[in-house]
Amino acid sequence: MLDTRKEIEIPEGITLDLPVAGLIPRAQAFIIDLIIRYIAVWILAAIFSFMGNFGFGLIMLMLFIIEWFYPVLFEVFSKGQTPGKKALGIAVVNDDGSPVGWSSSIVRNLLRAADFMPFMYGFGIVSMMFNRDFKRLGDLAAGTMVIHTEKKKKKKKKTEAKLLDQYRPLAPKTNLTLEDQHAIINFVERSELLSTSRLNELADYLSPWMSNTKGKNPPQSDLSPATQKLFKMAAWLRGGQ
Amino acid sequence: MRQKEFENRYQQTWDAFAQKLDQVESIKRRKSVLNNDLKRYDEDYRTLCYCLSLARERQYSPYLIKRLEKLVFRGHQVFYQRKIGIFYQIYRFILFGFPAAVRKQSKFIWIATGIFYLPALIIFALVLLFPELVYSIVEPGQVAEIESMYDPGLDKIGRGRDRASDTDFAMFGHYVWNNIGIAFREFAGGFMATLGTLFYLIFNALFFGALSAHMINAGFEQPFFTFVSGHAPYELTGIVLAGAAGIKLGWAIISPGNFSRKQALINVGRECMVLVYGAIFLLLIAAFVEAFWSSNASIAPIIKYSVGIAGWLLVIVYLTLMGRGRIGESE
Repeated sequence: MLDTRKEIEIPEGITLDLPVAGLIPRAQAFIIDLIIRYIAVWILAAIFSFMGNFGFGLIMLMLFIIEWFYPVLFEVFSKGQTPGKKALGIAVVNDDGSPVGWSSSIVRNLLRAADFMPFMYGFGIVSMMFNRDFKRLGDLAAGTMVIHTEKKKKKKKKTEAKLLDQYRPLAPKTNLTLEDQHAIINFVERSELLSTSRLNELADYLSPWMSNTKGKNPPQSDLSPATQKLFKMAAWLRGGQ
Repeated sequence: MRQKEFENRYQQTWDAFAQKLDQVESIKRRKSVLNNDLKRYDEDYRTLCYCLSLARERQYSPYLIKRLEKLVFRGHQVFYQRKIGIFYQIYRFILFGFPAAVRKQSKFIWIATGIFYLPALIIFALVLLFPELVYSIVEPGQVAEIESMYDPGLDKIGRGRDRASDTDFAMFGHYVWNNIGIAFREFAGGFMATLGTLFYLIFNALFFGALSAHMINAGFEQPFFTFVSGHAPYELTGIVLAGAAGIKLGWAIISPGNFSRKQALINVGRECMVLVYGAIFLLLIAAFVEAFWSSNASIAPIIKYSVGIAGWLLVIVYLTLMGRGRIGESE
């Protein structure tokens, strides 16, 4: 399948599909982190500069830690997410899907220096483009990858089950193939993402093959008869009686 | 079984499991949860995996499968996370992990040693014979600046006039930031089929070799060598170790053996990191010595040279003898 998903097999004998994150979200996360790092350095420098030469030593130490270990500390202690990655909803995991530990995180972040060359992450970008898991050089050596995780949900979505409970299950007249069944269920699941008119437009393509779609007035919604019928079929397919 | 029945039967288990995950994942509550609530974690997790494979096999709705997949992934991350225990790991590393790793990688370390010290010695001899040669390696301005740092009249050696007022601690911070940063880049340069590492090693070798000889030519040998003798054992060894790690990394790309290049890189990456950690360890010591000991001009040269020689012996004994017989344990 032409898709940016990485299939991994876990010890329990099943596979997980992980959505690998590409160049753009990773670059965005990097820029956010860069800004945070600059601000942190700026604030610390402002504080420590009041402490004279001792403060200068502290600034250099802080600079060292922030330059090289900022991503490491966040990745190890914050589920593979630096603040920038968190904002973009991406995270670093090992190739087997387990959370990154010290050694892999340090490898991938020290090798940033190699990714950065010759300038502006040139090698890293080329490596990501030639690798189907979008790995930069550091990821290759550390055995890690960056995947999409859930962003914090703003509101709880109405579940498919609830949506379908409003509809009386209706058995399709003919035998549907598995693909057809999936198409219908997918249609219902995606219904929240589409506008009503788009839903109706899609469903109406099917009306020539469905009986009783004309004439009957929809009870209380804007959904066209064909759409409602599809919803009913989905309810039946999902196991309503 | 219809999907609805399936969901009805297992919904409770899934919800309970999701709740456990919520608890474990929030760090604040982790301690209070650990004992009681997680007793049946493994069982529940396996039930969940079973449900997922059933749901896939029976082609239940993609929505349900996605929901279960998300739960399994979270469960997997919790179940297979590694214990962190960093202080214990550092302790083991210094006591036997690091010296054992150095002995195991002796081949690459000898190569890096040769690549570093041979050019250094050659250019050292050449600059002694032909003093002007130093200017073709180091820019004249930089030579003058460095000369000013080792003027016998200074009370803080190695700092130059503009840095003379900096305290030891300020210099410590500077050395850590600068030197360890260079070591990291030296290691990462190995990714370009060792070329980056070779560049750093040889460049540093020429720089140090030429300047050492120049200091003798200029008659500044006393302040210069009393300054460098204290931290040289740690700093030079650190540079060589980071170089060895970089060469090993690059060699995995040039000659991956029976593995794919990607796999060879992963295998070697872990081993290289031990050397890089070792280099960090030595360079931290070097920065400390350089900032607080080397710069002190009031200590008699003979003591400084003795400390330098003792340092070399210490490094050699530590790397060759420490932790022998516990190699198996350090893996």
